[in-house]
Amino acid sequence: MNHPQPPETSPEPLAPGQRLPESEVKEFSPEALAEIQAIMARYPDKLAATLPALHIAQREFGFISLSAMRAVAKAIGIPEGHVFGVATFYTMYQKAPVGRYHFQVCTNISCALKGAAQLLEKVCEKTGVKPGQGPSPDGMWSVEEVECLAGCSMGPCIQVNHDVYDELVDEQKLVEVMEACKRGEYRPWAH
Amino acid sequence: MVAIRTKPDPQTYTFPGFGTEKFPNLMLRGAGDLDNWHLKVYEQKHEGYAALKKALKMEPVAVTEEVKASGLRGRGGAGFPAGLKWSFMPKDTPERKFTRYLVCNGDEGEPGTFKDRVILEYNPHQLIEGMIIGGWAMQCQLGFVYIRGEFLWLIEKLEAAIQQARDAGYLGKNIMGTGWDYDILVHRGAGAYICGEETALLNSLEGRRGEPRVKPPFPAAKGAFGQPTTINNVETLAAVPPILRMGGAEYAKIGSPKNSGTRIFGVSGHVKRPGIYELPMGTPLNFLVEELAGGSGTGRKIKAIIPGGASCPMLDEKDFDVPMDFDNLKARGSMGGSGGVIVMDEDTCIVQATLRLIRFYAHESCGQCTPCREGCNWMEMILHRIEHGQGRMEDLDLLAGLTPRIGMRTLCPLGDAACGPMDSALQKFRHEFEHHILHKTCYAKGARLLSSVGAH
Repeated sequence: MNHPQPPETSPEPLAPGQRLPESEVKEFSPEALAEIQAIMARYPDKLAATLPALHIAQREFGFISLSAMRAVAKAIGIPEGHVFGVATFYTMYQKAPVGRYHFQVCTNISCALKGAAQLLEKVCEKTGVKPGQGPSPDGMWSVEEVECLAGCSMGPCIQVNHDVYDELVDEQKLVEVMEACKRGEYRPWAH
Repeated sequence: MVAIRTKPDPQTYTFPGFGTEKFPNLMLRGAGDLDNWHLKVYEQKHEGYAALKKALKMEPVAVTEEVKASGLRGRGGAGFPAGLKWSFMPKDTPERKFTRYLVCNGDEGEPGTFKDRVILEYNPHQLIEGMIIGGWAMQCQLGFVYIRGEFLWLIEKLEAAIQQARDAGYLGKNIMGTGWDYDILVHRGAGAYICGEETALLNSLEGRRGEPRVKPPFPAAKGAFGQPTTINNVETLAAVPPILRMGGAEYAKIGSPKNSGTRIFGVSGHVKRPGIYELPMGTPLNFLVEELAGGSGTGRKIKAIIPGGASCPMLDEKDFDVPMDFDNLKARGSMGGSGGVIVMDEDTCIVQATLRLIRFYAHESCGQCTPCREGCNWMEMILHRIEHGQGRMEDLDLLAGLTPRIGMRTLCPLGDAACGPMDSALQKFRHEFEHHILHKTCYAKGARLLSSVGAH
């Protein structure tokens, strides 16, 4: 494929025409490659492995960079353009680096009625990062505003990496969760 | 790494009288008990896999007939009769053999809905049993469970449960000596509300962007990987084992006419006891909200209720007595939807609530159809300017004129879903919008629903 490369995603907005240098080529570990091969064999069509492979790439590389998308396309043997399209369609594939602990705060209607807007502001204040602004300088935190996490009755709820906290998260609970993150008690983002 | 949740969740799943003949417990057996997901517990305590053994002794067509007789309607939102859907699947002829798939829709993304999560958390085997029975009835070769990506811990749990079923011989080759091979695959989504629409889900399952397809061809003719496919909601499939156990005719006696069975309602928002309640269809809304959920939790009067998840038009006070089934809610100008009841008290600003909902649809529109992609964004922008004190009176007519240009003009119901809350809010709470425009501030005095830090 010879068409011009789109810019690598970056937390800083790029000026028009500005291109970032090509990042290093990402390679899957042999275990991850074997996992992708096994997934491809399970489906009637290898294209169906796109979503699972992107999940594996996110686990391996931390976020879905352009080079990660290329690695996925190469591993499955499908056009790169298809993987770009899929990766940018779904919101769970992070196109920019996230912190070691990624806070997803639901602010949809049920949680909002219980104070999710105020919780999101609290999370931003405690972690010192704003939604969509990339990780904090020490790489620990990042914050994202998300849609319904299906914990409506127990909201406001947040999800930290892969664990959901739906027990009426208030400021005290938030501090507890953040302390536990600092002690390393939860599954890290890339595991 | 398998992480089975060990942390109990703070809600209760029962109420006085639950489990008796009046309020049968068909879907929430063992809910709240974190060990309940094991195959052994399901078999010993909850008549597990008894329905499957019964179904495998019946002809596949007879199983479909039983589901038809039960009158079970799809629990995902549209309320289409499940047995009828199953009967659309093509049968093998001497000239042509089909590869058929059964897909379970577990992309629970509708704001206010959290019922599938409970089934997956506490009763995954009931879903697996329902999927095997459905697979047998339609003679499918493979079943897929599509689960939203955020539910990673539930996916790991379901995969562990499926492995238990495989080990017990309920899945795999030659199931229970019938000569029929069947297996279930779990597919993880990646955060797109639109994938709850059945053809978008199929595209996502095939590894594409989740964009709804043009119908026809309907999935029963050309679905996943180009083969005949049936898509059912988690709750619909989990309702199948009880139907087979008690018989379709017996199940049809529960609930109201043409809306048989029980349904899981999730109550959220300003009530004393928000949570999950399984009730026969046709139970009045105010019984659910006032008696079971304890009425307003803030001490203020309840102003509006969304009866079936965010896409359903809001109801105001005069409709709080509506029996909760598909037909009655439709007659009152709303929808049965997915059973998520969102309660808002007097101090809730309807303009903010509507803006939050429309922002959701504008964000989740897949972008394929112009009316939905552009219309939802324009509605969001107009509401945003009303909310920020820059609205004009003619904006209200503009909004009212926008919705008929979006609804029923798109490939999938997402556009219609955005119009439901918009239209109903404007009809029933127009004075709040006018107050916002005239006084540049909320009519209601409650806490903000929108945060000051950036959106998506």
